[in-house]
Amino acid sequence: MVEATQSGPMLAADGKPLKRSLNRALRRQKLRALMLIAPLLIFVLITFIAPIADMLFRSVENDIVADTLPDTVEVLADWDHEASDMPPDALWEAFYVDMFFAEAEKLHTRLGSRLNYEMTGVSSLFRKTGRAVGRFDTDSYTDQFTALDASWEDPATWVTMMEDDAVLEALPHTADAWDRWTAYLDREGDDPAKEDIEDVFFTTLYTDLAAQPPVSGLPERLQQAAAAVPSFETVDLKAQFIDADKDWGNADVWRMIQTYSPRYTSGYFLNAVDMQLTPDGVEQRPENQQIYGILFKRTIFMSVTITLSCIMLGYPVAWILANLPMRTANLLMILVLLPFWTSLLVRTSAWKVLLQQQGVINDILVWLHLVDDGNRLIMMNNQFGTIVAMTHILLPFMILPLYSVMQTIPPTYLRAAKSLGATNWTAFWRVYFPQSVPGIGAGSILVFILAIGYYITPEIVGGTTGTFISNRIAYHISSSLNWGLAAALGTILLAVVLLLYWVYDRIVGIDNVKLG
Amino acid sequence: MSSLPPYATTGQTIWFYAFRVICGLIFFFLIAPIIVIIPLSFNAEDFFTFTPEMLRLDPDGYSLKHYQDFFNNSDWQAAMWNSLKIAPVATLLSVGFGTLAAIGLSQPHVPFRRAIMAILISPMIVPLIISAAGMYFFYSRIGLQGTYFGVVLAHAALGIPFVIITVTATLVGFDNSLTRAAANMGADPVTTFFRVQMPLILPGVISGALFAFITSFDEVVVVLFVGSAGQKTLPWQMFIGLREQISPTILAVATLLVAISICLLATLEILRRRSERLRGMSPG
Repeated sequence: MVEATQSGPMLAADGKPLKRSLNRALRRQKLRALMLIAPLLIFVLITFIAPIADMLFRSVENDIVADTLPDTVEVLADWDHEASDMPPDALWEAFYVDMFFAEAEKLHTRLGSRLNYEMTGVSSLFRKTGRAVGRFDTDSYTDQFTALDASWEDPATWVTMMEDDAVLEALPHTADAWDRWTAYLDREGDDPAKEDIEDVFFTTLYTDLAAQPPVSGLPERLQQAAAAVPSFETVDLKAQFIDADKDWGNADVWRMIQTYSPRYTSGYFLNAVDMQLTPDGVEQRPENQQIYGILFKRTIFMSVTITLSCIMLGYPVAWILANLPMRTANLLMILVLLPFWTSLLVRTSAWKVLLQQQGVINDILVWLHLVDDGNRLIMMNNQFGTIVAMTHILLPFMILPLYSVMQTIPPTYLRAAKSLGATNWTAFWRVYFPQSVPGIGAGSILVFILAIGYYITPEIVGGTTGTFISNRIAYHISSSLNWGLAAALGTILLAVVLLLYWVYDRIVGIDNVKLG
Repeated sequence: MSSLPPYATTGQTIWFYAFRVICGLIFFFLIAPIIVIIPLSFNAEDFFTFTPEMLRLDPDGYSLKHYQDFFNNSDWQAAMWNSLKIAPVATLLSVGFGTLAAIGLSQPHVPFRRAIMAILISPMIVPLIISAAGMYFFYSRIGLQGTYFGVVLAHAALGIPFVIITVTATLVGFDNSLTRAAANMGADPVTTFFRVQMPLILPGVISGALFAFITSFDEVVVVLFVGSAGQKTLPWQMFIGLREQISPTILAVATLLVAISICLLATLEILRRRSERLRGMSPG
């Protein structure tokens, strides 16, 4: 007999408490499972989830303004556009410096096209100004400084001068510009001691010295220049910019730049719902520019129509497949599975061939004398074409879940209903149909999710009136290059799909997804 | 209600046959577009419709010239080779990672199972255009956009949900006492996996691989954005052809692809039967 007096926790064979051993075994099991999953999880996170996250990020990201025009943005941040008509005068020098670097790095055109989404004409404004900025009259500063001392023209003396902390402190604007200059040359692999000193540095030098900083202890050359500066001939930068393009005198341009200078913006999302971020707050876009509302409504409407047609066509087919003898049903199933397995492009090209004005369907209709040869039906490049082709493409996704649900409905229920006196219709509607609703639900959500994000088929048979929101996203990525707006539209579409997916998960469960 | 009972009324008889006709028409709708392109691909003319010669079944109305064009045209050949270079590698990646993960997921105690499953299935749920947009943005950030490697990674990600779903479904019927028995007889985990578990779940793995292969082979939206002209695949070339200058060569390619689908469908059916037979044999 085992000693009945054994006290304390139950022990495993190795003398450790059983509970702890079991816990450890369980932990090891969990760890092993996770180790098996980990490689794939990391793979999916990098190749798929990170791109989606990047898209979400891009829909609000707006670094380009603050990165390209850092000084200007700083000046504009302090500008109260209601108190004063135009931004403070300090703007023009900051903008001159920013434009000089933007032009050097060819970033001003990109900034121009970014801001052009918000105000038409800004793109050409920036392009024009970029060309003009190198020909500003600021070379008169250069001439005046070099007239005082010829060594101002020597880059090497600048390099040594800008290493002096006292100089940097006395000349804040020049120091800032010089920093950006050396950083820029570093990226290009050039040596600051060998590059010509540009007019822009003499301009900032003039501004710094005109502010009368304490110059005692600074290099003699600077002291001499500081004494001479008050008698310099000045250049009006504002006039230079307005001369390059008169739009710079328009306060609206500056207010727009101010509105879009933060690093994160809701502007793309507002654009995606036909709104607009203006200096005075959020506004509805003018009537003739509201396209996304229509496009979203059309996408939803066409997806609903496609889903309904799939139910109408899929229900009888699923019913007959579920009620025929196994052998016949399996044979007929091939007719459903073959389209399901056929390449999407094959099916789309088939529909293009069928629906064309010189295509097979029109030919048959003409041959049957139903349609006059002169006015053949236009069945493609409109909503009709998209709906027919997509119904055909998505129909198997409706039939398969419906079929698997209908297979589980016992035929005895219908017979019982009829033997109790129900007519065929009552028996179907009150007994059979309610039991098939889960199948309709599953199939509908599946078809709707797939339809709402379709791109290829609408692109080929949809023309202009039969396109979906996805076509617009693709257009913004590859043609208009407005990636932020594409990302915002994509995010909205993704939110709708995830919501539907959540509903699908509640009704059917992800684990119950069956293939083939 | 597979046959009409003898006591059916006239109305019921009419409905019975009418219903069959309706179903027949829907089946016709499903299959006709695919059938129609097959004879059209043998058209001797550059038309997309049946010529009078074809309707008379005159041999002169038929020719293989569109197939010759496909095999001689360098664009189509390059596209075909690109497809054949991309799809198998992507399939290999998804099957390799996917099978391991599916085995992990079907262990009895997996923490965060639902969350992990949701992440792994997500490439199937997210609309392709959104995946394509995200991948385009992200891959151009990290320098993968427009490279062969980028397209393969993207396609592998898209194929993974199919592998996960088919392999986990096969593993549901897997008897875990078999691995325990193997371990009991001294087999290490690797031997157990390759000698016991793998042969039994192989049908599921192969059908998952077929799904992954066809996903990559048919895929056009993602490759359109992630790839560059050097990765132009067969569907991409078809898409260009359909959008711009539609040439009957497309129908020849389409017919070849239909033939491939038929082969795939047959393979899957054989695998499904085999899997059912194996499961019937295993105890429990």
